[in-house]
Amino acid sequence: MNKFSLSLLLTILLLPVASSSVSAASAAGVEHSGANVRDIASLQRGAKWYVNYCMGCHSISYMRYSRLAEDLGLSEDMVMENLVFTDAKFPDTMTIAMDPEQAKTWFGKTPPDLSLIGRSRGADWLYSYLLGFYQDETGGWNNTLLPNAAMPNVLWSLQGIQTPVYRQETTEGGFTTDVIDHFELTTAGTQSPVEFEETARDIAAFLEYTGEPVRSTRKDIGVWVILFLVLFTFIAYLLKAEYWRDVH
Amino acid sequence: MAKIASSVSKQASALLAWVDDRLPVTSFWKAVMTGYQAPKNFNFWYYMGSLALLILVIQIFSGILLAMHYKPSAAEAFASVEYIMRDVDWGWLIRYMHTTGASFFFVVIYLHMFRSLLYGSHKAPRELLWVFGMLIYVLLMAEAFLGYILPWGQMSYWGAQVIINLFGAIPTIGEPLTQWIRGDYFISDATLNRFFALHVIAVPLALLGLIMLHLVALRENGSNNPDGIEIKKNKGPDGTPLDGIPFHPYYTVKDIFGVGMFLIVFCFVLFFWPEAGGMFLEHDNFVPADPLVTPEHIKPVWYFTPFYAILKAVPDKLMGVLTMGASVAILFFLPWLDRSPVRSIRYKGLWYKVLLAMFAIAFVRLGLLGMAEGTPAQTWEMRVWTLVYFMFFVLLFFMSPRAKTKPEPDRVTH
Repeated sequence: MNKFSLSLLLTILLLPVASSSVSAASAAGVEHSGANVRDIASLQRGAKWYVNYCMGCHSISYMRYSRLAEDLGLSEDMVMENLVFTDAKFPDTMTIAMDPEQAKTWFGKTPPDLSLIGRSRGADWLYSYLLGFYQDETGGWNNTLLPNAAMPNVLWSLQGIQTPVYRQETTEGGFTTDVIDHFELTTAGTQSPVEFEETARDIAAFLEYTGEPVRSTRKDIGVWVILFLVLFTFIAYLLKAEYWRDVH
Repeated sequence: MAKIASSVSKQASALLAWVDDRLPVTSFWKAVMTGYQAPKNFNFWYYMGSLALLILVIQIFSGILLAMHYKPSAAEAFASVEYIMRDVDWGWLIRYMHTTGASFFFVVIYLHMFRSLLYGSHKAPRELLWVFGMLIYVLLMAEAFLGYILPWGQMSYWGAQVIINLFGAIPTIGEPLTQWIRGDYFISDATLNRFFALHVIAVPLALLGLIMLHLVALRENGSNNPDGIEIKKNKGPDGTPLDGIPFHPYYTVKDIFGVGMFLIVFCFVLFFWPEAGGMFLEHDNFVPADPLVTPEHIKPVWYFTPFYAILKAVPDKLMGVLTMGASVAILFFLPWLDRSPVRSIRYKGLWYKVLLAMFAIAFVRLGLLGMAEGTPAQTWEMRVWTLVYFMFFVLLFFMSPRAKTKPEPDRVTH
């Protein structure tokens, strides 16, 4: 087979799956968060924001306070004083007292447990979601990433209130629609926009961490495993070469 | 010291002699390892068999440990997997070994099967070897499907829903059959419980038996090689093939090197990329199974997607299921479809290289398309590649006895 036909075959093989990029487009609006699960200070801030603003409704029922303390470099006292507002004990999981049935009647949907949201949605989605709340014409809360989300903007006192500025788009057939062009901060919050992005990033990082607490550890261990295997394979190669010297 | 050592080794050989009088240990070892002559020209493709065995051991070992902590109940399954990931010592490692192992099992098996297409390892007298291999492959797909339901996430649930409903396409008995499989009117605790039983006992037992048959059939005629010629035709004065070398130690040490190379890749994925971008562990499967919420985009795990694409390419449901079934079933007949007088791609001629390349591309493209959402353009592309997939077998059948072949060498080359 000559080089031309080989490269032709490879080209066919590697052609992008037609319009599979559309799936990426549906994720449009998801911004790069810059969340870093190695940044312990960010995780600590994220934990604080989370228990203060999110955990009223959203449990993280697979996460233990004690594990959190261990991974985030916090002492038992620090955790019990700053993060635990219920009668939960240190080794307990981060459950909440809200009754799921009642919550359903309040919000129309039981607020989901967020133990694994970092794995199913990812930090970038969470970050963009938290930044995507706006007040629409009805005066109610809406979200760019999850239109008509049941959740109100619980962080509004930090972020302030943003309202959309629309621009008209015309289809080829001559229909016009309003699409959101950008947001205007109509009521200021206690944080500046930059500070609030930091807050959203911290929460996203924290939820990415709680999705898989062992994430950083496994990578640290993995480096040594790979190094060992490279050495092992090198020796195995020498052994093979030695045995095979008489095979021609 | 030397005295003690020699006395220990004397006692050890006495013990071995005692056992040999009662169980053929030494003669068995000689027959299948040191006395078994393998062709000396094995290349990259010949690592896959030993690697498949290695993964089998990894899966059994990690599977036993997982079963110690996993709860096969709809109420507890999802939480018990997270318990393994968070609270069981090294539980995350055990689980990732098992999930990464499942995907790598298919990587290795697909390469193993492709080796056969390259060098004609399925051709006479190794037809049964191929058929046992195919049975192993089909059982492995069943094993993977059964195992995928166990974490009881959204993809576990809805993936199983799609696959089980395929049986519903069969006229008359379809509906009762799906109910019989589920053990309920819908996928439920009963389904999960029986899938667990099948996953940890029934299918692995059948797999072990078939792997035994596969190996016995392999040792009966010996391995094929990249030249596809019979090494037993050229024997030295001592009666051993001139191009053969004892399997042990030559291929055992070579396979240890192969194991090292494999484990580097395997552990890289396991420790740094266990989700493989949603291909090995799907994002939606981190959401607990919810019978009331259908995920936006249901797709099977990557190793099923080529066949899933063939299913989706056919507009009619029953015809789609039959076509998909045929795409697997036709592989069983490969030894009789390939009627070429030579085995290896090296001597079959250009036509086979083109045919096989098209087949490989069709398989990979179908795999990629099976993961996509399924736009009309994609559906048409799936139809084209489905046609190419089946044309491989048709053209092989008609061209292989007629096409001009290149002369085979007497002795193996490298």
